[in-house]
Amino acid sequence: MIAAEWAAKRRVTVEVLRYRPEQDADPSLQAYDIPYTEGMSVLQALQHIKDHIDGTLSFRWSCRMAICGSCGMMIGGKPQLACQTILRAGEDRPLRIEPLKHFAIERDLVVTMSGFISKLESIFPFIIPKTSRATTEGEYLQTPAQLARFENFSDCINCMLCYAACPQFGENPDFLGPGVFALLQRYNGDSRDGGRERRMELVHSKDGAWSCTAVGYCSDVCPKHVDPANAVNQNKTNSAVDFFFRFLPRRRSPEREA
Amino acid sequence: MRPPYLRAIDPHWWAKPPYLAYTLREATGIAIVAYALVLLIGVICLALGENAYEGWLGFLVSRWSLALHAMILIAMVFHVWTWFAIMPKTMPRLIIGGYYVEPRLITAAGIMVAALTSLLLLLIALMISQ
Amino acid sequence: MKRSIAPIFWLMFGAGGMLAALFGPALVIMTGLAAPFGVGFSPNLIDYSHAIAFARHPLGKLVLLAIIALFAWHGAERIYLTLKDMHLGSRLTLAWLSYGSAGAVTVATTATLLAIGF
Repeated sequence: MIAAEWAAKRRVTVEVLRYRPEQDADPSLQAYDIPYTEGMSVLQALQHIKDHIDGTLSFRWSCRMAICGSCGMMIGGKPQLACQTILRAGEDRPLRIEPLKHFAIERDLVVTMSGFISKLESIFPFIIPKTSRATTEGEYLQTPAQLARFENFSDCINCMLCYAACPQFGENPDFLGPGVFALLQRYNGDSRDGGRERRMELVHSKDGAWSCTAVGYCSDVCPKHVDPANAVNQNKTNSAVDFFFRFLPRRRSPEREA
Repeated sequence: MRPPYLRAIDPHWWAKPPYLAYTLREATGIAIVAYALVLLIGVICLALGENAYEGWLGFLVSRWSLALHAMILIAMVFHVWTWFAIMPKTMPRLIIGGYYVEPRLITAAGIMVAALTSLLLLLIALMISQ
Repeated sequence: MKRSIAPIFWLMFGAGGMLAALFGPALVIMTGLAAPFGVGFSPNLIDYSHAIAFARHPLGKLVLLAIIALFAWHGAERIYLTLKDMHLGSRLTLAWLSYGSAGAVTVATTATLLAIGF
């Protein structure tokens, strides 16, 4: 019988921060005792809880292979993807699972994403062609070097771990933030794109690149090695150069391509 | 129905890992300002005349000054290290001859250049002082 | 959207930081650890006659101003941001205190160097 097998296996305790707006005034930790298999992920642990212990537990997930960006949460105090985090048995303290830091909690491990989505929409996250181009002209040609300039930024899966990592976003929720900057730079750095001007207005503001203090933790936690810290800080240089060069007559050359 | 719950941020985040390393890096700014102020006082004493300047030189040979400059030196070296560690982040990806130059290489190159420039300055000053 | 004036302070922070990275250790050793005690360097390097000659020379003035002022602006930016992280005052108060101090140092250095004459 499955139940007997599970009872015989090792067990581990995890603590999950619960918040049900219809009944809770504040979030509180709830402990769950679950069967443990070597190599199981935190996502599997949560799924076991939901399927067999407490069906009221809410959390986002989808691909369970670190590409959809849905299952970002605070695991042991660090922003991680639950599907990518391996559960360990035999620790002296139960693993604490909480919703992503710096975001409002909708319910349990589900956080409000609307702020992030609006910011993402505000940076024109699509290629704005430099000149109009007919399909009869054929494809854009891009060298490997041109691709390398922005390719890592295109790997962003919008998981928002970098926002949980960023203390300046915690201090200033209006900060565009690492993830949005990665996507901004993905387009600004793409040789096919001509929309840099439009995006720079956001970069120049105090909620743009200038909210960043180069802590760098965002790049440390990124599961796709996007290096959002580079996206933001590159744009400090761009913004600073533009601050002084904007008084010169309009020329394409003073500002570098990216 | 209650609105989404906003948790308060920890006001002491800067004092705890993983942010403590960042705060220590930023603290090197204090040492750099301290050195500037020592020099400023020296320049002011210089303007006030030989006696005042001798007083500043007298401070420089005191154990307080020795301890201060030793600490400033440690902070300065830490500054060199962390400065070039963060420098690659402020640049777009460096691609030379079709190859992507890893940030670690840029950092290493920077530190080597800094070691060279400091060494050169010391050598030039040594030659002058003979 | 209002453009931030942060670039002004960031560029000075950068210049001061680069100067400190390239020459800081040597400067601290020279003026703070070696020359005063005559270790390696003769104490003549920073005695009154040499110091005043250096400070009277236009290039010497430039070097002294660059080091003192840029180091001060570099430190000011870092101290401002750290004090802000620590919530030790409002953004405006801390900005005026930090950048104001750096400004005062710059003015004091310039005035003193001019007073020393040529």
